[in-house]
Amino acid sequence: MKPKIFPQQKQLIPLFCGIITIAGLLLSSCNSHSSGGQGAISAQEAAQQVYVAPGQYDEFYAFMSGGYNGQVSVYGLPSGRLFKIIPVFSQNPENGYGYSEETKPLLMTSYGFIPWDDAHHPELSQTDGIPDGRWLFINANNTPRVARIDLKTFETVETIEIPNSAGNHSSPFVTENTEYVVAGTRFSVPIPQKDVPIASYKQNFGGVLSFIKVAPSGDMDLAFQVMMPGFDYDLAHAGKGKSKDWVFFTCYNSEEAHTLLEVNASQRDKDFVAAINWKKAEEYVQQGKYHEFPGTYYDNRFDTSTQTAHSYVHQGVKVLIPSECPGLVYFIPAPKSPHGVDVDPSGNYIVANGKLSADLSVFSFDKIQQAIQQKQFDGEVNGIPVLKFDAVLAGIVKSGGLGPLHTEFDDKGNAYTTFFISSEVVKWKLGTWQVEDRQPTFYSPGHLMIPGGDSRKPWGKYLVALNKITKDRYLPTGPELCQSAQLFDISGDKMKLLLDFPTVGEPHYAQAIPASILMPRSDKIYQLASNHNPYVTRTEKDAKVVRKGKRVDVYMTEIRSHFVPDNIEGIYLGDTVYFHVTNLEQDWDAAHGFAVEGNRENAELLLMPGQTKTLKWVPVRVGVFPFYCTDFCSALHQEMQGYVRVSSPNDNVALTWSTGKE
Amino acid sequence: MKTKSNRTASWLMLGAVLSSVLIYFFPLWKITLYAPQYPQGIRMYIWINKITGDDAYTLQNINILNHYVGMKDIDPHAVPELYYFPYALAGIIFLGVIAWLIKKRWTYLSWAILYALSGAIAIYDFYLWEYDYGHHLDPKAPIKVPGMAYQPPLIGTKHLLNFTAISLPEWAAVFMLVSVVLGFAAYWCCRSSSDKQLAHHHPNILTSSSQSRVLSHH
Ligand SMILES: [Cu+2]
Repeated sequence: MKPKIFPQQKQLIPLFCGIITIAGLLLSSCNSHSSGGQGAISAQEAAQQVYVAPGQYDEFYAFMSGGYNGQVSVYGLPSGRLFKIIPVFSQNPENGYGYSEETKPLLMTSYGFIPWDDAHHPELSQTDGIPDGRWLFINANNTPRVARIDLKTFETVETIEIPNSAGNHSSPFVTENTEYVVAGTRFSVPIPQKDVPIASYKQNFGGVLSFIKVAPSGDMDLAFQVMMPGFDYDLAHAGKGKSKDWVFFTCYNSEEAHTLLEVNASQRDKDFVAAINWKKAEEYVQQGKYHEFPGTYYDNRFDTSTQTAHSYVHQGVKVLIPSECPGLVYFIPAPKSPHGVDVDPSGNYIVANGKLSADLSVFSFDKIQQAIQQKQFDGEVNGIPVLKFDAVLAGIVKSGGLGPLHTEFDDKGNAYTTFFISSEVVKWKLGTWQVEDRQPTFYSPGHLMIPGGDSRKPWGKYLVALNKITKDRYLPTGPELCQSAQLFDISGDKMKLLLDFPTVGEPHYAQAIPASILMPRSDKIYQLASNHNPYVTRTEKDAKVVRKGKRVDVYMTEIRSHFVPDNIEGIYLGDTVYFHVTNLEQDWDAAHGFAVEGNRENAELLLMPGQTKTLKWVPVRVGVFPFYCTDFCSALHQEMQGYVRVSSPNDNVALTWSTGKE
Repeated sequence: MKTKSNRTASWLMLGAVLSSVLIYFFPLWKITLYAPQYPQGIRMYIWINKITGDDAYTLQNINILNHYVGMKDIDPHAVPELYYFPYALAGIIFLGVIAWLIKKRWTYLSWAILYALSGAIAIYDFYLWEYDYGHHLDPKAPIKVPGMAYQPPLIGTKHLLNFTAISLPEWAAVFMLVSVVLGFAAYWCCRSSSDKQLAHHHPNILTSSSQSRVLSHH
């Protein structure tokens, strides 16, 4: 039996790591005292750069993942102002997302209704490798899912579950024309799932990399999966330009450990970057060289015409086995548990950020192609050829930092890498691999983001470092502190720290796009005329209450500043009442809400102009209960209220409804 | 007898008729409302046959705002003028064509006068509608400001509670004015040309100026 903690022969390594970590922490605390360093500019200068005057607009929209709040938050850059929280994988009582009957299906999975997840990586749709402003994708890490947000409405319009996957971390990165969204498993698991000893990991566990096809309409379908060895697949990025047919995934735990991974998965000198040729994969699928694997998964689509989400349940998935598909996958050895894998704007350089090392390894796509042609292999793993490290290496960035995690690019041939342990952003030059500048961050950045910084066309003006630790940066708020974003000006030779701002949840990755691309696409209202919700009430004359057994459907309208109907009688204990509320307004920003007392399972409804939403209400007491508009809609908002009478089933009260009847 | 001036008058009259046709394709009047909540303004356009806004929902939105002070809904279907004004204009255009065919001074003049009077009546009618909307308020209105009426201006700017209302003629009104002016111009052209004709064909009849010249010779 192996000892449970710190096996004798491996004691030195964690000890060494520990010393380095402490050194790193000391370094970062030193940095905090010399806040700024080389790139320091006066507070006035910085304030001027981030000041967006009242009534003026920010230059960029930034979408930040919420991490464990399961949402996306939308910020303006350079101001750092928060505009909106988009609920995706979590119920949001604020607007009734996941509480209204129309949106509940978006949170359905093969496990049932799951109203929470851990959302990590937002990814904008691209055309020709450039963010196009159509959709934003984001992954759910815990119960593997990928969501699509429509950037006309900033609403979640689809969630698709990923079967055979566990910990959907290396997701949802898009190919150059959004042909596919990828979803790689972080945790390898038995495939298909079965009851086996955990210690049988090496025999029974595998990792799938999923490819989700995106239709021109945006609808997602799980096209195929690639069955990989039982490693942990961490992050991904698709190629672009000459490498556009490829997707690169990092993996760690090539040791295939199943316990105490912090030690046991950190033993090998190198793990891998997996390079997958998705065009080849498509060919193999077309040739029928796949295996049908079992797997139940949900695809939940929000139909914009009915404003209602529906769940579609699928069975089975096409799985490609690399050993049967030559040329499909290659492994590139990458030092020390690589985390982020990032492709430069030209598509030639692939940066592997070895999170337990000090250096970055940069691979050349041209050299990879050459090595494949010349069969410069270093053996194989599960039938996957391993390319010779030296044959594909383009350069090593000797950074002097520690713990590189992620790299993004500007439009001038520079790359920027976050170093978690040494708590800094390092700027270096592609081709020369020389460090050009370094700035401390406060503290410990995870991802960083440059608008378009993972695309073919970075808008290289700003850089945002997404810090995991804030400590002393803001007013203390008890033991629980916010995370923090830091904005740098990267238009000059040296990075200049401009602004700190607190963020919501725990942002992992972020993406940003010029406001000029999104603003003209933004919807102001939902057209009532094209609202085809089956429970829509288009005019006040159509408002009604319908009983069918113990189910009561209330067809209700809202307009400034009244409900129709606002007096409802003839509801009995034991009934289930569905309030189908339509906001008749067709004016920008004329929202209404709806809430009813004693509502146990659900929240409120928040209705945008022209929208219909449904709130399920099961009365539990006899009496007369008020309902009211929760959105301060107008001068007479406070008068926007009504009553619903609940009677005992023994009584005889006729079903009536009205507004304005004395 | 065709003369150059007569041809000019005929062209002017034709221009007047064509300009009138354009009235169907452009709004006559525009009322713009500004409020703190509507910094971009809400625009309402009055046409010869309809009332429109910035988009399909503008009237609904204005009506929602107006109902707080008890103003009636602006319902284009309830304004009969929008039905018969297009026919009245068609009648005027028809008469214009007749006048153009007859090519007589008096036809030009009477057409221009008729048109000018009709235009004045239409503007007065518009004023009456504005007065009606602004003064006949629902006694049960949620917001009642004693002594306050909400009649928008005919032309110009007026502050009505939180709103600033700006009322101005639009292109079709310009075309109407141009038509009337061209009608009168045709009449004037005809008159001045007949004077010249007289002078040209009857050299013995002295005009007052030539007479004075002759007198000074003696
Ligand atoms: Cu309301």
